[in-house]
Formats: sequence, C-alpha cells, structure tokens
Amino acid sequence: MKRLALLPLALAASPALADTVGQTQRQPTNWAAIAMFGAFVLLTLAITAWAARRTRSRADFYTAGGGITGFQNGLAIAGDYMSAASFLGISAQIFADGYDGLIYSIGFLVGWPIILFLMAERLRNLGRYTFADVASFRFAQPPVRSFAALSTLSVVLFYLIAQMVGAGQLIKLLFGLPYGWAVVIVGVLMTLYVLFGGMIATTWVQIVKAALLLGCATFMALAVLWRFGFSPEALFARAVEVKTGLAAHAGSGAAEAAAKGRSIMGPGNFIKDPISALSFGMALMFGTAGLPHILMRFFTVPDAKQARASVVWATGWIGYFYILTFIIGFGAIVLVATDPAFLDPAGTLKGGGNMAAVHLASAIGGNVFLGFVSAVAFATILAVVAGLTLAGASAVSHDLYATVFRHGAADARDELRVSRITVVVLAIVAILLGILFEKQNVAFMVSLAFALAASGNFPVLILSLLWKGCTTRGVVAGGSVGVLVALVLTILSPAIWVTILGNKAALYPFSSPTLFSMPLAFVVIWLVSTLDRSARAETDRAGYVAQRVRSETGIGASRAADH
Amino acid sequence: MEERLAAVAADPRYGELVRRRGRFGWTLTAVMLAAYFGYVLLIAFDKPLLARPIGRGVTSLGIPLGVGVILLAIVLTGLYVRRANRDFDALAAALREDGE
Repeated sequence: MKRLALLPLALAASPALADTVGQTQRQPTNWAAIAMFGAFVLLTLAITAWAARRTRSRADFYTAGGGITGFQNGLAIAGDYMSAASFLGISAQIFADGYDGLIYSIGFLVGWPIILFLMAERLRNLGRYTFADVASFRFAQPPVRSFAALSTLSVVLFYLIAQMVGAGQLIKLLFGLPYGWAVVIVGVLMTLYVLFGGMIATTWVQIVKAALLLGCATFMALAVLWRFGFSPEALFARAVEVKTGLAAHAGSGAAEAAAKGRSIMGPGNFIKDPISALSFGMALMFGTAGLPHILMRFFTVPDAKQARASVVWATGWIGYFYILTFIIGFGAIVLVATDPAFLDPAGTLKGGGNMAAVHLASAIGGNVFLGFVSAVAFATILAVVAGLTLAGASAVSHDLYATVFRHGAADARDELRVSRITVVVLAIVAILLGILFEKQNVAFMVSLAFALAASGNFPVLILSLLWKGCTTRGVVAGGSVGVLVALVLTILSPAIWVTILGNKAALYPFSSPTLFSMPLAFVVIWLVSTLDRSARAETDRAGYVAQRVRSETGIGASRAADH
Repeated sequence: MEERLAAVAADPRYGELVRRRGRFGWTLTAVMLAAYFGYVLLIAFDKPLLARPIGRGVTSLGIPLGVGVILLAIVLTGLYVRRANRDFDALAAALREDGE
C-alpha cells in the first residue's frame, strides 16, 4: 500500500482545491443511487408544480412573496452553504490530513455572526429583491446598480462553473454515468425549478435537501461514534493507529511512522504562511457577507426579526454540520482506509480522494445507504445551482433591465419575463461552460467567487449602510477596483499562473488576494467619496439620515408583496 | 414620509437604540474577529502548540479550540438575537408606531 497521505493529491495542494471534486474515474453504474436520485427529482418537481401555482407576482418569483419563516430560511441558507464540495471535499480533506479540514470548515462558518451583527436586519429593512436595492438606496441608481449587477454576475458565473464541473465529476463517480449527462441534467432541472417555481421552489428544494443532508450526516457520525462507545478520544486514537500503520507499511521507520500518525491531530500544510492564512480567512469570512445568492435570502422573510432568526438557525445548522463532517472524516480513516474493498490495487481510494464519505456510507449501511448518500450529494448541487441562477437572473432583470435600461419604468410583468428569459440563458451558458471546463482545474473558482464578493459587494454594502460620507462615485470606483484587483491577483497567483498557465513562479505568491484587494476597495471608496464635490454627492450625503432611520427601525420597510 | 423620518432621527429614543445596538453589535463583531483571526494566526505561528495532546490520550489542544470557535459563533449569534428580541425590538416598534 502506498502512502495514504498522498491520496487526495488535488486536495492537499491548496486550500481552495477542497472545494470541487476534481478529475474522477467513471465507476460502474450504480442503480440504487440512480433510483433514489430519481425519487428526489420527482419530489422536487412536485414541489415546483405546487410552487408554480403560487408564483404569480414579481415578489413571489424573486423572494417567495416574503412568506418564508426564519426557521425555514435558516435551513435554506444552511443548504446553500452545505454544498457537495463541503460534504465530500471537507470529509476527504480530513480523511487525508486530519485536523486541517477543521480549519478550513471554520473559515466558512465565522462570516455568519458578522452578517447578523452588522447587516441582516438592515438588509431586510432597506431591500426588496436584490442586494443592489440596499447598496444603491440613496445613490444614483444606474451606476450603482450596473456595478452590483456585473459583480453579481461574475460571482455567480465562477460559482456556477465550479458547481457544474463538480456535478459532472460526481455523476461519473457516484452513478457511473457520463460527464456530459450530469451537466445537462443539472442545467435542465435547475431551469425547471427556477423558471416555474421561482424563489418558492428554489427555497423548498433547498430546505428538503438540507434536511436530507443533515439527517444523512447525523446518521453517519452517530454510526461511527457508536463503534467507539461514543468516545471521540477512542476514535482519534484508532485513527492515529491506522495512519501510523499505513506510514510504516509505506516504508517509514518506526519513529517517522508514529510522527506521521500523530500529525492528523494537529495543523499540517493547510496554513503555510501568515499572509495567505489571513488573506484566505478574510475571503471566507467577508465573502459570505457579499455573496448575492445568500444576501437575496434575507428578502424572503417578512421582517427584520425573522431575518435575525434565519441567521441563528443557519449558523447553528452549519456549525453542527461541520462538526459532523469532522467525525465522518475520522470515521473514514478508521473504516475505509484499511478495507481492501474500497481500495485500488495501488492502495488509493477507488474513484479518487473525494470518495471517502461515500465509501464510509457503504461501510456503514451497505449499497442502499451508499445510493442514498450519492443521491443526496447530487441533489445538493442541483439546489445550490438553482439559487445561484435565480440571483443572477434577478440582477439582470431587476437591476439592469428595470432600473438601468428602463429607468424604473418597466412594468412588473415585463421585468418578470426578462428574469425568466435570463434564467434560460444562464442555464445554457452554465451547461456550455460546464462542458468546456470539463478537463480544467476549476478548484480556484469557488475561492475566487468568495474573494470577489469580499472585495466588491461587501465594502460597498457596509459603507453605504454605515458611512454618511459615502457617495455614488465612491462606491462605484471602490467596488470596481476591489473586484478587478481581486481578479487580477488571482490570475497572478500560484493556482492560475503556475498550475494552469504553466509559468515557473507566481507573480503574486499568496493563495488569496483578499488581504490586499478588500482594504484597497475600502480606501478607494473613502478617498473618492471624500474628494467628490459633485452635486450628486451632496444628494447622496443628504440622504443618509433618512436611510439610516429606515434601516434601524424598519419604517417604510417593504413587505415584499406587490400584488 | 421624509418629515416622519426626520422626526424619528431627532427622537432621543432613536439615538439610544442606535447607540446601544451599535455598541453591542460591534462588540460581538470584535469578539468574533479576534477569536477567528487569533485562531488562524496561532496556527500560522505555532503549529506544535495546537498539535500538543491534552491529557494522556491523542486528542490535541487544537480540537477543543477549533470546536470552540464553532460553538462561539453559534453562542454569539444566540446572544445577539436574545438581546435584540428583548430590548431593541421594543424600542424600534415604539418608534415605528409613534409616527403612524
């Protein structure tokens, strides 16, 4: 057996890589998994049919008519977050390196409290359909909305590509079907959900999936702990033993093998240098507060109180889920890494590194549970992609079409039509890009989406909400600089400049641009706003007090129902 | 509407709401930022510390610290919501109703 630590090669190389599935080998066709996925699809189509009857107005389409409760919205948000990447990717990272996977998952969680303390209620009080409603509240509409829409589309696009490629790799892996099928199935189903069921269907599909995934992960974690008398220490001790044995088997001396075994209990190579660590942490933390498909969910609840409740539920579920993933990863070390049934002759995991959780499901519950977990993992991608598409479509129809091109004179029906056309266009683009990027390493794209959101949307939102001196020119200039710098630095970073473009050394040596691009966005917004002497700037500043009163008290807040 | 908003802005209860909620929100934000970036920097500068076993077994100091950051995030959001439901909502509701 070869060195086990090398298994998920792609994962160990860089933190960002845990976020997509990577190249996989096609597996034998798994009929149990396909049947269970079929059942999930039927259920979600029934939900869509039910939602379609309730989706009449623009508000229903964009925000489920504001009729989602805090608890439901919390589950939906958690669902948006618990992607296939975090379930399979993080458990695989723990399977390979142990503790490092926990560091990664914590980064995804800690943005939530910040959203609650600084933004959630204000967003709900000021916004109606898109986060641009809030960001442009007191500013000149066309420039700020154009910025917000373009930044939304770029975040959505990178996120979508990563999900589509992930879906293609997963279906080869879990169902034994060809890559292209997955991309088309995801594209078509997602179009049906969003086109006919709007936000109501998108939310309920997400809720069903979140409940399934949480149930599944809970069962797996309990099954693992049960084998160790519910003692984490016993589980960890056995995992260290297994890793030590594998290292010795691979030819390490006794002392070296023991050190390798123990290494899973502490931080490894995940955090290399403090700059990358800080930068990556900032992207995860503040990017969460700028992701359009997440921000959009705050408009689906009736008021600020429910917006708050959503964040508490979401934080609770996400945190609980990451603790489960940690146990599942260690469970896989113990139950999967030593079982020849799950290994290729070379000693690597059948199907690639990301199969750790899937093989564990089979070790725990046999082929039927394996099929169930596979179906849930694929359903996860579907639900996330639907939310992303709806966010992109709202940005095009509500921000670009209705406000920028029609100067607010479009009627609600036209806007809805444009939104639905955009859904179809986005689905086609996503399918084409998914196929185009099949052989590419798209792992950097999710962390790029977070970096863009942290460097553009987040500074714009925070300063427009909380700083009186902020002006139209300031947010447009600062937001654009943040997004562009984040993009350029990412291209110059090792993940693209070296790994994809094949250059020798990266011009920007750190793994994430956010440590530089985000503060730069703040500085440019401040500088341009302060120097802004235009008449518009006067109006912008004069509008602050009224906006602040609305955001703090909820006076004049939209009830998100225009029918 | 503009008059009503201006009236609320001049209301001392509004000043109190903004000040109290602002102070509480920023304090909790600072706690979360300090805990998370403290954790990340601790890893960046002193990996062996986190790998050190607590007690006689293999469970390392990093495990309770990491799980602690997760629990802290959940607890802080819970604290904020409790305080907001108890204090801030009543103030905001009073300000909303006065103008109606």
